[in-house]
Amino acid sequence: MSSLSYLKRRAVNSLMLVLSYGSAMFGVAVLLLILLYTMARGASAINWDFFVRLPRPTGESGGGIANAIVGSFVVVGVASAIAIPIGIMAGIYLAEFGKNRLAPVVRYFADVLNGIPSIVAGIVAYTMVVLPMHEFSAFSGGVALSLLMLPIITRTSEELLKTVPDTIREAALALGIPRWKVTIFIVLRTALTGIITGIMLAVARVGGETAPLLFTAFNNSFMSLRLDQPISTMTVLIYNYASSPYRDWNEIAWGTAFVLIAIVLVVNIVSKLFTKAKYAL
Amino acid sequence: MKLATGDRTIRFLSTVFASMILLLIAVIVYELFKGSELSIGRFGLKFLVTTTWDPVNEVFGALPFIFGTIVSSVIALIIALPISIGIAVFLSELAPQAIRPSVSLMIELLAAIPSIIYGLWGLFVMVPFLQMYVEPVLSRYFGSIPLFGGVPIGVGMLAGGIILSIMIIPTIASISRDIFNTVPMLYKEAGFALGMTRWEVISKIVFPHSRSGLTGAVMLGFGRALGETMAVTMVIGNAPSISASLFAPSYTIASVIANEFTEATTKLYVSSLIELALILFAISMVFNAVARLLVSRERIVQ
Repeated sequence: MSSLSYLKRRAVNSLMLVLSYGSAMFGVAVLLLILLYTMARGASAINWDFFVRLPRPTGESGGGIANAIVGSFVVVGVASAIAIPIGIMAGIYLAEFGKNRLAPVVRYFADVLNGIPSIVAGIVAYTMVVLPMHEFSAFSGGVALSLLMLPIITRTSEELLKTVPDTIREAALALGIPRWKVTIFIVLRTALTGIITGIMLAVARVGGETAPLLFTAFNNSFMSLRLDQPISTMTVLIYNYASSPYRDWNEIAWGTAFVLIAIVLVVNIVSKLFTKAKYAL
Repeated sequence: MKLATGDRTIRFLSTVFASMILLLIAVIVYELFKGSELSIGRFGLKFLVTTTWDPVNEVFGALPFIFGTIVSSVIALIIALPISIGIAVFLSELAPQAIRPSVSLMIELLAAIPSIIYGLWGLFVMVPFLQMYVEPVLSRYFGSIPLFGGVPIGVGMLAGGIILSIMIIPTIASISRDIFNTVPMLYKEAGFALGMTRWEVISKIVFPHSRSGLTGAVMLGFGRALGETMAVTMVIGNAPSISASLFAPSYTIASVIANEFTEATTKLYVSSLIELALILFAISMVFNAVARLLVSRERIVQ
C-alpha cells in the first residue's frame, strides 16, 4: 500500500519534471523556428540593391527598401530625442531624490504606463499631433514611440543608478563636491555604460513597433527626411507588403523582416553580454 | 550660495521631468475622452453592448471587438500559462547551471521579436499549417462540439490565440522565474528533508509561496495579450462577429483600430474608434495596475 503510493508519487514527480523540461524545449524551439525561418526566407530577398534602392511597383524586379530603413531611423531618432532626456532625468529623480511621497507614485505609474497598448499610444499621438498639423508626419510617429520608450528608460536609469554604491556618493561628498556635481559627474558617469545599454534595448523595442505608426508616420513611397511629412518605416512596410496579394511584395516583406530581426537580435545579444561583463555579481 | 543653486536646480529639474510621467497619464486619459466625446454622446453605454458595426449607416457597437479581444486573450492564457510555469520551474529549479543563462536568454529573446514578425510568420507559416493539418483533424473528431464547428480556414480565433500565447510566454515565464527565485532555500530544504519529491517541493512549497506574484505575472501576460495588435490583426480574420467556433474569424479592439482608423471617413466613425481605444486603455490599465501591485509586493520580500 505504502509502496504503491510511493511509486505513484515518483511517477507524478517524473511526469511533471519531464513536462517542465518539455516546456523549456518548446520555448527554445519556437524561437529557433521563427528566427531560422525568417532568416532563411528573408535572405533570398536580400542583395545590395535591397538596401540602396527605392521600392518598385509589383512586377518590376530590383526594388529596395532604402526609404524605409532611413525612415525607421528618423522616427526612432525623434522618439529618442524626446524620451531619453526626460527618462534619464526622471530616473535620476527616482534614484537620487526619491525618498519622499511623490517618488513611489511616479515609479508605479511609470510601470503602469509601460503596459499601455502600443496602438493606444498611436491614437494619442494622432489626436495630439496629427489632428492639429492636419498631416501624417514622421514627427507624430516619433511622439507615439516616445510614449512607449519613456517608462522603459526611466525605470532602467533608476535601477542602474541605484547599483552605484552609496560609499562612492559619500566619498565624493566628503571631498566637498556639491551634490549636483556628484550626481552628474560621478553617479551618472559610473552607471553610464549600463544606462546606454538600457537605452539601446528600448530603442530596439520601439523600433520594432508597427501599430502606433500606421496612422502617425503613415507611409511614403519615396525617400523623405522631413519631419512634417509622412515617412516610410520598415515595420509598416512589412505589414503593407505582407498583406498584399503580390508574391514579389511578400518576398520583400520577408527581406525587410530579416533586416529588422537582425538589428533586434544584435542589439539584444550585445547588450546582454555588455551588462553581464559590467555587472556580474 | 552658488553651490546650493546647483543642487536646487537639479533637484527641481528632475522633479519636473519625473512629474511629466504623471502628467502624461492625465494627458492620455484626457485625449482619449475628448476624442471619443462624439461617440459617447451619441451611443452612451449602449456602445458597449451593441453588436452592429456598420460604418455606412453610422451604427457603431463595441461588443464583437470586446468579445474578440477577451476571448483571444483567454485562449492565449490557457495555452501559455502551463508552458510558462513549466519554463519558469525549469529555469529556477531544474536547469543545470551551465545552460541556465543561455536558455534564459533565449526565452527573453522571444519577447524581443517585434510583433510584426510574429504576424508575418503567423500568416505565412502557422495559418497554412493550422488550415491543412490541425483544424481538419479537430473538426473531423470534435466537429459536433460548436467550439470546433465551422469551416477550417486557418485564420480565425484559434490562430489569434496561439500567436498571442507565444508572445506572452516570455512575459509570464521570466517574471515567474524571478518570483520562484525568491523562495528561501531553507523552505525547500525542509521539504526535501521530509522526504518530499522534487515536484512536491515545487507544488507544495514553491507555488504557494509565490501565489500573489504568480497572479501578478499572469495578469501582466493577460494585459499584454489584450493590447497586442499587429500579430493578431494578421491572423485573426478581421470579421466583427461573435461565434462559438474557434475556427471562425474574429476581430479585436486593437485590430479594428489598426485596420480602419486611416479609412474612417466621418467624425462619428473616428470618434467610435477612439472610444474603442479608450475601452482598451481602461481594461489594460486595470490589469496592469493590479498586476504591478501584486508583483512588486512579492519582490519587496526578496
